[in-house]
Parts: sequence; structure tokens; C-alpha cells
Amino acid sequence: MARSLWATRAASYLRINVPCRGFATGSDLPICGTRVGVTFHGMYLLYVNCENNFLSIHAVLKDLKYADSHEWVRVEGESATVGITDHAQDHLGEVVYVELPEEGSKVEQGASFGAVESVKATSDVNSPVSGKVVEVNKKLSDSPGLVNSSPYEDGWIIKVELEDDSDLPCLMDPERYTKFCEKEDASR
Amino acid sequence: MAASQARKAGLPIINLLRVKGMPILQQLHLEERLLRTSSQNWCIINDGTTRPTIVMGVSGKAKELLETDAVLRDEIPVIRRFTGGGTVIVDQGTIFVTFICNKDAISGLQSYPRPIMSWSSLIYKNMFQGIGEFSLRENDYVIGNHKFGGNAQSITKNRWVHHTSFLWDYEISNMGYLKMPTRVPEYRQARNHAEFICRLKEYMSRSDFIDGTMDSVASHFALRSLDADDIQNSSSQFEPSSRILTRQELGEEASMELVGTVSQISYMAAISSTCPTSKIA
Repeated sequence: MARSLWATRAASYLRINVPCRGFATGSDLPICGTRVGVTFHGMYLLYVNCENNFLSIHAVLKDLKYADSHEWVRVEGESATVGITDHAQDHLGEVVYVELPEEGSKVEQGASFGAVESVKATSDVNSPVSGKVVEVNKKLSDSPGLVNSSPYEDGWIIKVELEDDSDLPCLMDPERYTKFCEKEDASR
Repeated sequence: MAASQARKAGLPIINLLRVKGMPILQQLHLEERLLRTSSQNWCIINDGTTRPTIVMGVSGKAKELLETDAVLRDEIPVIRRFTGGGTVIVDQGTIFVTFICNKDAISGLQSYPRPIMSWSSLIYKNMFQGIGEFSLRENDYVIGNHKFGGNAQSITKNRWVHHTSFLWDYEISNMGYLKMPTRVPEYRQARNHAEFICRLKEYMSRSDFIDGTMDSVASHFALRSLDADDIQNSSSQFEPSSRILTRQELGEEASMELVGTVSQISYMAAISSTCPTSKIA
């Protein structure tokens, strides 16, 4: 399972041993399946799953908005940056290719604008906002793995000039997204 | 389980389309159209395709994956499909099984690559009891440690497709068009194609495999059998992305542009003329 640097730093901060064998050393974390909310350099941690002695920690950033298809958006005035979340990259596995849209193309909230390929699967990436693509992350052509290692920073996918901000209320805040991910993983 | 019993059991409905000899490009176009424009669940079984055809995944690079000189010389069609994954060469000895489902069709199944892959192996597991040591090894169906089925997927917001090409039989000489890929499963252990794969026909008859697959699908879904006439293209605006690569894309020299243009026309004509209309099984 792909592991991001975010999760690794979080695990190191919490002194969680991976693979998990019961209680984590050096902390009073409860056993698997319970959410942990710890603020760490502005990051809100989601303790998702301990299955087959393997611990998954997914990061959810506090200053972002989230779509139910697991994309994040950082809005700064009339501009927005879009990528896929730590939860998504972990479930997809190692990303080997990113299909990017053309700069200047239009994106619509909820509609696919590109795809990521992870080993055997292509997965649509859907835009959380509507607008015009002003920049794509060309680094992903040579280094698609940035989506895994740095989903919220170097692994950003597109920058969008927003049509307006009417799309934003539809998106989830970090707390709601965290609960959404928990519910999704618990339904397995 | 009979369809009526399956419905009573609350199983999801799936449309079953069984065809024979559908050209692989036509199959891929149908799959992508159903994925993107249908809201129903589908199972497509295509018993063999037509002429030998190479099919690469969405990001496949011909120069890295193929012996392009031989491919060009022998005019083997090369398709880039809409799903991920690796490269296969398919022909009359290949059996294709495809599932196209809504993300909530199967209770408790998350629409991510690994869960879908694991679920798919359940369809075939029981068919090999007492016959061979079937398992899902990384992303391949194997008997022992020999691959006989390759998988690929495409996942959208609300639906997914999982398709498999089964090596019921194959021409070993065709494997010569494929290079050893740089990205291989660990269990392959540097084996060449001949040492790595096996023929399903050594374990069961073609009809037993297809009938067994249909029986297994019927135990997971409520089947509704359709034929090709039932799925005439009503979404004429949909443009599938799977396509045949041009000779230039396969690396034919640019300096031979005029010759390449003529050869491209004859190449495409040759492909079209040898793709008969698919037959319904």
C-alpha cells in the first residue's frame, strides 16, 4: 500500500509503530478503528484502519475543502488548486501515470477532468469547482508518484480560475470529510 | 441459482451479453460507452476475438513495450485501451469477461482497485476446485504461479469496469511481439513469457469455462440475458477513447512520410477488412 510522507511524519510524531501490533508504543492511542484527532503543524489526522496488523493513517488538512470523490481544493481569492486526498492516494496505490487536461480548458464541479493510473486501474479525477484550467502540474508527467508522496503539496494536479464561489458551499470542511472517510471505510 | 431465486435473494440485476468473435476494438468501445452512459450493471463475455491484436494500457509506450519493427513488418494492430495496466496480445484463443457495475451494486465493496480486484477473483475461485490451484496473485489470475488471466480497470465517480483477458490458448510466436516490461509483478521472477503464462485449455474445456463463469455470475447477480440488438448505440455523441495507433506512433520513420501515408491507409484497410461482424454465442 502506498504511503505518503504526510502519514510517515504523522506516524513518527505519534510514535506509532508500523505494522501495528495492538497498542502503539509511547502513546495512549486506543486500539484499531478509532479516530484520532491531533493537530500537528496545522494537520488534522485521521486514524483510519488497522487491518491485518497494518496501520493506515490518512492526513486531512485544515485549510482545504473536500469533495465526496476525494479531491481537495485550496481556494485563494479567485484561484483554486486541486489534487486528490491522502485517503484517495492510499486506496489507489502507486500512481504510475497522470492524465492532465489542457491549459485553458473548462472544468465543471463534479465532472471528470483527468485521470490517474495506478498499476492496473485508471481512476477519474473530478473537479471540486467550476472554472478554467490556468495551469497543470507538468512535474507529474515525469514524476507521477508525487501524488502519493505529497498529495497536498508537490502532487497538486491543476490550478483553476474560479467562475464564482457558488460551488464552495457544496464541499466538505475537514471535519465533515474526516467523518465521510471513516463511514466509507467502516462500510467495508 | 435460478434468476428468479436470485432476485428473491435481493441480488443486484446484471445484463449479460454473450458474444463470439467480437473485434477487440469494438468490445472496448462498447465497454467504455456502457461505463460512461449506462446506469445498469453489465457482464460481457466475448468468446475469442478476430485477428491477433496487441492491446496496451492507457499509458503504454509502444517503443518500450513492443518489438515495433516486427509489429510494423507483420502489420499487427496495436490498440491503446481506456483502462490501466499492461500489454497483451489477443486472438481467437482469448476469452474476455468484463464487469461494468455501479459503485453501490455490490454490498460492502469499495470502488477502489484492490477491493474490486479481490471481489473479481471470487467469481472464478470455485470453478477450479479439484482442477488447479487458482488464486489471485498480485493482479493476475494464476494456476500455481503461472498466469492465465490479466486484469485491468477503469473507475469513474459512480461506476467501474473490470475486464479480464483469459489465455484459453495462445500462439507462443505471438509473444515475440512483446518486450519484457519494466514493471512486472514480483512473482514473475524474471521468467520470460513462455515460462510465466499457461493455457487455460490444459485445465478445462472452453465451454466448461464459459458456462462455469455464467453460473458463477448467476450466483452473485440476477441475470438478464441480452443480445447485441438490445444495445444498439443510442449515445451517438459519446466518443470512446480506445483507438488503433498509427504507424508513425509505432515509430515508423518520419522521413518515410509519403510511404508511411500509403502504408497507413493500407494498414487500416487491412485491419478493417479482417474484422468480421461479431456473432452472438
